[in-house]
Amino acid sequence: MAIHRIERIEGTALPMRGDDIDTDRILPARYLRAITFEGMELHLFEDERTGSAGGDRVTSTHPFDDPRFRGATILVVNRNFGCGSSREHAPQGLYRAGFRAVIAESFSEIFFGNSMLIGLACLNASPDQITELQTRVEQRPNLTLRIDVKASMCELGDLRIPLSLPASAKDALLTGAWDTTGMLLDRYEEVTAASEKLPYVAGF
Amino acid sequence: MAKTLLQKVWDLHTVRTLSTGQTQLFIGLHLVHEVTSPQAFDALRARGWKVARTDRTFATVDHIVPTRERTRPFLDVMAEDMITALERNCREFGIRLAGLDDDRQGIVHVIGPELGLTQPGITLACGDSHTSTHGAFGAVAFGIGTSQVRDVLASQCLALEPMKVRRIRVTGKLPEGVYAKDVILTIINRLGVGGGVGYAYEYAGDTIERMSMDERMTICNMSIEGGARVGYVNPDETTFAYLKGRAFAPAGDAFERARAWWRSMASDADARYDDDVVIKAEELTPVVTWGVNPGQSVPVTGRVPSGNEQDADPKAVADALGYMGFKGGEAMAGMKIDVAFIGSCTNSRLSDLREAARIVRGHRVAPHVKALVVPGSVSIKRAAESEGLDQIFRDAGFEWRGAGCSMCLGMNPDKLVGSQVCASSSNRNFKGRQGSPEGRTLLMSPAMVAAAAITGAVTDIRQFEKVS
Ligand code: SF4
Repeated sequence: MAIHRIERIEGTALPMRGDDIDTDRILPARYLRAITFEGMELHLFEDERTGSAGGDRVTSTHPFDDPRFRGATILVVNRNFGCGSSREHAPQGLYRAGFRAVIAESFSEIFFGNSMLIGLACLNASPDQITELQTRVEQRPNLTLRIDVKASMCELGDLRIPLSLPASAKDALLTGAWDTTGMLLDRYEEVTAASEKLPYVAGF
Repeated sequence: MAKTLLQKVWDLHTVRTLSTGQTQLFIGLHLVHEVTSPQAFDALRARGWKVARTDRTFATVDHIVPTRERTRPFLDVMAEDMITALERNCREFGIRLAGLDDDRQGIVHVIGPELGLTQPGITLACGDSHTSTHGAFGAVAFGIGTSQVRDVLASQCLALEPMKVRRIRVTGKLPEGVYAKDVILTIINRLGVGGGVGYAYEYAGDTIERMSMDERMTICNMSIEGGARVGYVNPDETTFAYLKGRAFAPAGDAFERARAWWRSMASDADARYDDDVVIKAEELTPVVTWGVNPGQSVPVTGRVPSGNEQDADPKAVADALGYMGFKGGEAMAGMKIDVAFIGSCTNSRLSDLREAARIVRGHRVAPHVKALVVPGSVSIKRAAESEGLDQIFRDAGFEWRGAGCSMCLGMNPDKLVGSQVCASSSNRNFKGRQGSPEGRTLLMSPAMVAAAAITGAVTDIRQFEKVS
């Protein structure tokens, strides 16, 4: 797999307020009925955008249908984003819809891991700063938000906000090591040796 | 140095520290199902990789399987496609599959333990967040996404960040009518749905030690609903007795050697924890969720919050009430239900069905309620039938179905319709979770689901048992 380094992410942002946004909301289960991730972007937040009555997205007031945020590539959300199901369909949908980063107060661990593995950068900011950022984006949705992964900062007009992420995640983005399989297969004799020391692998 | 089970398992399975600073951890058992694996197998094919350890990989079908009519090809074309894809992938890569016509088929988190695949001291991964269930055996079990399923298939390893450990000690005797489900719902309510992020939860204390394996699984299953990716109970005689004689458990002398090793993997008495929480069992009551995440619960005798309560998040309460269509201050007991669902990897094991059957015996499901029982596995279904539980449920007006995830997530035809209210023994009350974008879920113990099915409304199981 080609190494893909992610140092900077730039684009307009989409603020979505609320804690504990779960992956069932991001991508309802019926769209998991597929053997590829193709088209997942079409169903992001489907239920709350249209409902079972089959409402249309023209009248939807969901932030994902707000014309001001069309074309956004950075999602700004609150606490415990992506909790619930382990479905990678959720970050896949966001990535395929063009998102390249999510800035949150905090993430569920599985969502965080899934996202990093597909190159959707997940970064943390403090609650106050998230709110400030969301408000500023709502005021000037056309402004470009600039994320500098190395410096762990983002910039929106004259607003500068420090971001944080685990050292390993940062390193993975900067070196392109977030595609892990190759790394795990490297020096495979060490894996074999480690497994042979386990009593249950040896059959007790 | 004294260590927790998590530290012991972690150290033993560490292959090395990666350049990213993460740990490369060997995975002792990889469980696979139809929904989160097809893209991972495609990735392997695209790169010409093999499955590294077919001997440590086991697959089944659960999420999408129809629970009523199982003849092939299914009427549901997509379900047929997904199951065919898993069958093909397992054949091509040489993975054991408990398929639809296999006696071992069932919900992945139910069959792992049942077959004795899940054992103490191992690392386990599965492309499903409720993999935490297997921690009931003292395994360190991770829910993973599809890219990590690819990692494990190709390398039998995961790249992981270390975790902290929070010990949750439950002590004392559980009052009548209070079940393992109430214990875990209370823990999530107290610590929050995001409270466990970064932690593994170690469930300890005499209440947990007295619990059966089925009850421990219910507890560990919902760790992820509290934000903890991993939850576990230290292995003990209850664990070993459960494992003895299971298909994949060690036998004969090997079992005795295994037992000694398993025991040695339990947390040391003087191990240090990053956090310690105590829950008094005597204070617990049966609980019901009123909102849109598993932390939003109240005692069945309580009222729906209005958002003015101390520590309440008024916005979150207002949002949940708006979705649920409930009014703040409304009493939980007596709230009308439309559907009763007994099933899911949280509460579809034989002991759950026995308890629910004990409650419904001699009663009838309320006329306006649709009630169904979906056993967690083929073997549970058979065992229940041989005890006559299916007849008790049928006589009461329940539907008796085949094994699978069913209405826990509504990927098959078992779905809520419109804004139906469902009393459910499952684990998630998220918006739209049970297959209808407006569907409403009330989580509770299977006993309380059984009582609600009969009365047609949320019912305090203690009152119900007194009256009948
Ligand atoms: S029963 Fe529900 S929670 Fe459990 S594995 Fe199936 S869908 Fe997931």
